[in-house]
Amino acid sequence: MIEVKDIHFTYPTGVEALKGVSLTIGDGEFVAIMGQNGAGKTTLVKHFNGLLKPAKGEVLVDDVSTRDVSVAKLARKVGFVFQNPDHQLFSETVEEEIAFALRNFGFEETTIEKRVTWALNLLGLTEYRKTSPFMLSGGERKRVALASVLAWDPKAVILDEPTIGQDHGQKENLRQFIVQLNGQGKTVVVVTHDVEFVAECNPRVVLMNEGKIVADGEAKKILTDTTLTLTASIVPPQVTQIFLGLTDLGLPSDVIDVSEAKKILLDHFEEAKH
Amino acid sequence: MAVIETKDLAYTYPGGTKPSLRDVSLTIEKGEFVILTGPSGCGKTTLCRCFNGLIPHFYGGVLQGELSVAGLKVSDHPIYEMAKRVGLVFQNPENQLFALSVEKDVAFGLENLGTPRDEMKKRVEWALQMTGIEELRERAPHELSGGQQQRVAIASVLAMQPEIMIFDEPTSFLDPLGAQKIFEVINELKNKLGVTVILVEHRLDLASKYADHVIIMDEGKIVLDGEPREIFNSETAWLLGVGIPKAVRLWHTLQENGVVLEGAPVSSEEATRFLREVLKR
Repeated sequence: MIEVKDIHFTYPTGVEALKGVSLTIGDGEFVAIMGQNGAGKTTLVKHFNGLLKPAKGEVLVDDVSTRDVSVAKLARKVGFVFQNPDHQLFSETVEEEIAFALRNFGFEETTIEKRVTWALNLLGLTEYRKTSPFMLSGGERKRVALASVLAWDPKAVILDEPTIGQDHGQKENLRQFIVQLNGQGKTVVVVTHDVEFVAECNPRVVLMNEGKIVADGEAKKILTDTTLTLTASIVPPQVTQIFLGLTDLGLPSDVIDVSEAKKILLDHFEEAKH
Repeated sequence: MAVIETKDLAYTYPGGTKPSLRDVSLTIEKGEFVILTGPSGCGKTTLCRCFNGLIPHFYGGVLQGELSVAGLKVSDHPIYEMAKRVGLVFQNPENQLFALSVEKDVAFGLENLGTPRDEMKKRVEWALQMTGIEELRERAPHELSGGQQQRVAIASVLAMQPEIMIFDEPTSFLDPLGAQKIFEVINELKNKLGVTVILVEHRLDLASKYADHVIIMDEGKIVLDGEPREIFNSETAWLLGVGIPKAVRLWHTLQENGVVLEGAPVSSEEATRFLREVLKR
């Protein structure tokens, strides 16, 4: 669905943010883009919906170059949820906020009404329908931003650092929600530092460092490779750290989440009994 | 020796219909590393605003009960007096930094307090050294990485030599390695200088091993207050949905499945050590 061909991008300040990146994201994939601050993650995903155009190379969305389509048109296909919801919200009520893009896309009022109700319900925001987004908490504002993007039903959703500022419960809700969206066939791209969150979701991980992709594969492979994690300024998940310290006792090192760890240890204890 | 003491503290924001803090009684000892956590909206930030006098002096509202910080009754001392004793470092360093060079940013608070020039130079030097950013002194803060910026923000608060430093989710915008380094810097301040550290945090996996004391709040009240080991293993903390470290979670699932384990780890290092003992049996 998204095809990135050897793109380069330099900001007007002279910072070379992308130095030759190639990547293919298929329909319905769930991808986490990780790497240290300044690695080029956000710059890369801003190319997916045409917010940025590459200086060299090209980006194809459903086989069409982002150079040949307007951002407004691309946005129908690829919805972008910003890191800071305040960069995105401006309407007087939550309801208007969600309806805004739908009006711009020229939907009929009856459809808009239906979609708004659906999106409010989906993200548990129905009680805030008539509330100003700025009266809501940070976590709620993030959900409004997400609702306003999902309302127009894009094929792909990009979420930039969705877990920042969310408490444990909210993060768990977000995780279930993302998994559900992906399960319904949406392509989901998450930019994140949150190693534990990725370990729980187990998506495909694209690891970036200094404007380049340095690894691409299963979360389980990448998060447990300490050479890679160090390059990308990531700390392996806590469960992995535990298992890395026990390899000499015959335990595997590629374990990222609690339920998997439990199973392995229980089997191990069971065997030891016999 | 207690450095913060509250008794039956209650607070309602101006125009608020219900109190944001209720029945808050706590004691924080000098030199402790305290983690303050709880669900969004539980009152953590409000409580920290009481500690540095923003409540009631800036926010107004109704404050009841007793509140003593660094030996001062907060309601009797203006913000600038409290600021010398209680430093606050925010989530996003970009909101805190604005000068053209790191050195100037670190000196800013001292200039405002009217510190003599020689003393100021000494303190800036010391703060840069303590946070490991001497080589960045001439750089423009906005050109630095997130982790470096957060160190500058810490240095600029540290230069005022507060007895108490409050960190409000100081690593949310940092990559994990950057976050780990910041927690190490904070821990050094506690160990070398005896600064009392209050860390407001949701993500406990990285920070829990440094804590001496954990306080969990919910709906404006303190629901748990004690040592990390005891708190992370209490049923209340689990029910509240606090971000219990994965090492603790693993330990619990194993116990629930009938594995006999002793002790209760609070970090991955401890869990590895404890598990090693069990596996060798």
